[in-house]
Amino acid sequence: MSNKPIKRTKLEMAKSPEGIEGPGFFAAKLQDVIGLARANSLWPLPFATSCCGIEFMATMASDYDLARFGSERLSFSPRQADMLMVMGTIAKKMGPTLRQVYEQMAEPRWVLSVGACASSGGIFDTYSVLQGIDRIIPVDVYVPGCPPRPEQIIEGILKIQELAKNESLRRRNSPEYKKLMNSYGIE
Amino acid sequence: MSQDLLNKLTESINLNVGGAIEKAELPYDFATITIHKEHIHEVLEFLKNDKNWNFHFLTDLTGFQTADEKQLGVVYHLHNMITNIRVRIKTHFDINKPEIPTATDIWPGANWMERETFDFYGVKFKGHPNLKRILNVDEMDIFPLRKEYPLEDQQREDKDDKMFGR
Repeated sequence: MSNKPIKRTKLEMAKSPEGIEGPGFFAAKLQDVIGLARANSLWPLPFATSCCGIEFMATMASDYDLARFGSERLSFSPRQADMLMVMGTIAKKMGPTLRQVYEQMAEPRWVLSVGACASSGGIFDTYSVLQGIDRIIPVDVYVPGCPPRPEQIIEGILKIQELAKNESLRRRNSPEYKKLMNSYGIE
Repeated sequence: MSQDLLNKLTESINLNVGGAIEKAELPYDFATITIHKEHIHEVLEFLKNDKNWNFHFLTDLTGFQTADEKQLGVVYHLHNMITNIRVRIKTHFDINKPEIPTATDIWPGANWMERETFDFYGVKFKGHPNLKRILNVDEMDIFPLRKEYPLEDQQREDKDDKMFGR
């Protein structure tokens, strides 16, 4: 064993929302509390089709350990998942499948597009490849890279946590949101 | 394959299916016989069923387009695993009338290969039991490996001709 002192990263725990605190009670906005719960227990649905999927495996494994951010429970059923992670090239033939998976997810749902291929088609500028998944489903956060490092994928998930934390509970009922969905022909 | 063996093969094809051979070559020691389109099914049937040659295994079947873009072709790779003799059979035809008899009645394994060739080149295999697209999306209305269609996705917006030479 070396005598070097172990360098510890200063971690911030999830902060409690703003509120009024007194002996034996804490009053806060319901929206903030729900946002806190949602953000720190996002269940990801991995949709890994190529090399970005390998980076995702590293992200889930012990070195990078996505479990630190409350996302250790992968959901392979779209019905229980909160966050769709699309990692890799999506061929045009895969498009309807991806869309069906997205439609099966329950609200609230977020989409993370990992890597150049999922975001824009990447190097595959060809007749058989979908030129970005945002042509068939709405995307919340894009992670650039070919493939991105696990740190970048974690950064993307943290951005989605930020969205989940600050999103209004009524956002998904808003006319803007419905308009967005309709523009993709969903519902 | 040696030149002697190739000569023997062309001789027996000529004997059984007269006038079928357009040319016979030996590039990189690989026997390549080009057959006139009208005789292709007869020749394949003969190569499969003949007791001496018995090319019982269809290694591969695929399409090609000639450099002048006016002709389409189909190439068959045949293999006799007992004597370990291989041969490549080619045929070609006008791109405006891409019709050729199916080989599925000779080798059932030709089924998916012919569907693939139809998918990418639009070669219509007459008598094929289920000739529809196999790899590309069903809605596709082009044959992507023909030279008249561009390789790139035409919907792409982030690349322009100035920078990417499209």
